[in-house]
Amino acid sequence: MLRVEGIEVFYGEFQAVSGVSFQVQEGELVAIIGANGAGKSTILRAIMGLQRCRSGRIVFRDRDITAMPTHQRARLGITLVPEGRRLFPDLTVEQNLLIGAYRRIDPAEMEEDLERIYGLFPVLKERRSQIAKTLSGGEQQMLAIGRALMSRPQLILMDEVSLGLMPKYVDEVFRTIEGLHREGVTLLLVEQNARKALAIADRGYVLETGRVVMEGEAARLASDPRVKKAYLGG
Amino acid sequence: MFGGYTLTVAINIGIYIILAISLNVITGYAGQISLGHAAFWGIGAYCSALLATKAGLPFWVVLPLTIALTTLIGSLLAIPCLRVREDFLAITTIGINFVVQAVFLYVPFFGGAMGIGGIQAPFGMSSFFWITWGFVLLCVVLDRWLVRSWIGLALESIREDETAAAISGIDVVKFKVLAFAIGSGLAGLAGHLYAYFMTFISADDFGFPQSIVILSMIVFGGIGTLRGPVLGAIILGLAPELFRPIMEYRTLIYGALLIFMMRFQPGGILGEESLILRTFRGVRQRA
Repeated sequence: MLRVEGIEVFYGEFQAVSGVSFQVQEGELVAIIGANGAGKSTILRAIMGLQRCRSGRIVFRDRDITAMPTHQRARLGITLVPEGRRLFPDLTVEQNLLIGAYRRIDPAEMEEDLERIYGLFPVLKERRSQIAKTLSGGEQQMLAIGRALMSRPQLILMDEVSLGLMPKYVDEVFRTIEGLHREGVTLLLVEQNARKALAIADRGYVLETGRVVMEGEAARLASDPRVKKAYLGG
Repeated sequence: MFGGYTLTVAINIGIYIILAISLNVITGYAGQISLGHAAFWGIGAYCSALLATKAGLPFWVVLPLTIALTTLIGSLLAIPCLRVREDFLAITTIGINFVVQAVFLYVPFFGGAMGIGGIQAPFGMSSFFWITWGFVLLCVVLDRWLVRSWIGLALESIREDETAAAISGIDVVKFKVLAFAIGSGLAGLAGHLYAYFMTFISADDFGFPQSIVILSMIVFGGIGTLRGPVLGAIILGLAPELFRPIMEYRTLIYGALLIFMMRFQPGGILGEESLILRTFRGVRQRA
């Protein structure tokens, strides 16, 4: 479904991603793990079109999207739950969700989708007319995920969704991701919490200083001594 | 019905309300700070003045032409604004204001320092009052519709977070240009009314200080709200009439007001956290 072929991304003169290639199949849950600054978020930003690739190609459903602007990629069915959530802080919970559905405006479907998100995260329904910035960190993360789901995406990119959350919410977020995966949604996950990410993923890639150094089935990666030592705390 | 003076003030305030609503679309909803809004107002006024005097077209024919032209010019002027954000956008819009004013002043076609005179409205003061306030009402209704529509939501999402808006599939460039187009089109309407009302216009009427006045109105009334521009335009439009001595220091006072509001009452005079509402609620709770 998604094929990334040898992309290189620079911030000025600094090379953040050096020739990374990988792919995500339909219905798969793939995790990219690695230390802080390894280039994980940059890869997601490049797939979403928020960061330009100096070389390489990004192909989504046999279509080269390397030069496509962000909003058009969103219309193809790619969405990103960005690091730090990036909600619309002064709009209500429901407005945040509605903007998520922007790429296809059909009132009937919209109602249906809203109900689905509220079913998934009942707390959002309680707070539907509250301003987004007044939610707690965990609730904001639920809203960010809900907003992404409102577009009925075919591929969801998730950037450090567990970062800075209370343990209770970390578990809830991962349960939600697992649930989406079971429903058949394709997910690409970037996580510092390698243990949890590998526990739910089908496959994984290990990133070090902008390069893929290991790849394979998640369970195999999780039991690899090098991965264990570097990312799972021994 | 009213005296001539009252009518003059009422028409002026009506024009200011339209201007404030138009700036609120660009700066309030879409969050694109503009310190040069008087330029779009001026473009509208000059369009109408030229079409009326040089082409000899009647009021109701000039009106749609002016709105179409200012919408077009506003969208074109939005293009340099797309590449910059926040402080740089503010500076770019100030630049636009000065350039437009200079063109009016130095290009002979626009009447130079003499301006353009002899713009005749085909009706009297009292009719002009009703027509102006008819348009005010129309703008308020349009504004209300806009803010509740998908367009309004898209504009607000851009104000809140451009990146997140793009991720949600919103074409940020398209909607920014749209905000400038709507805003300048409405400012063109205000310019049209102004030109016919004054019968004589010159470049001085549309300078940077006027842009500050319009911005003060929406900040004072509550930026990004429906009632804000109306409230701000009425209060700040009326104040210099009621307190004649401050007329001379108008720009100074508006400037100071702008800073005060931004610092202490960012939601406007009747915003959620405003002094007035809090005091009022406090009084009610004690009672």
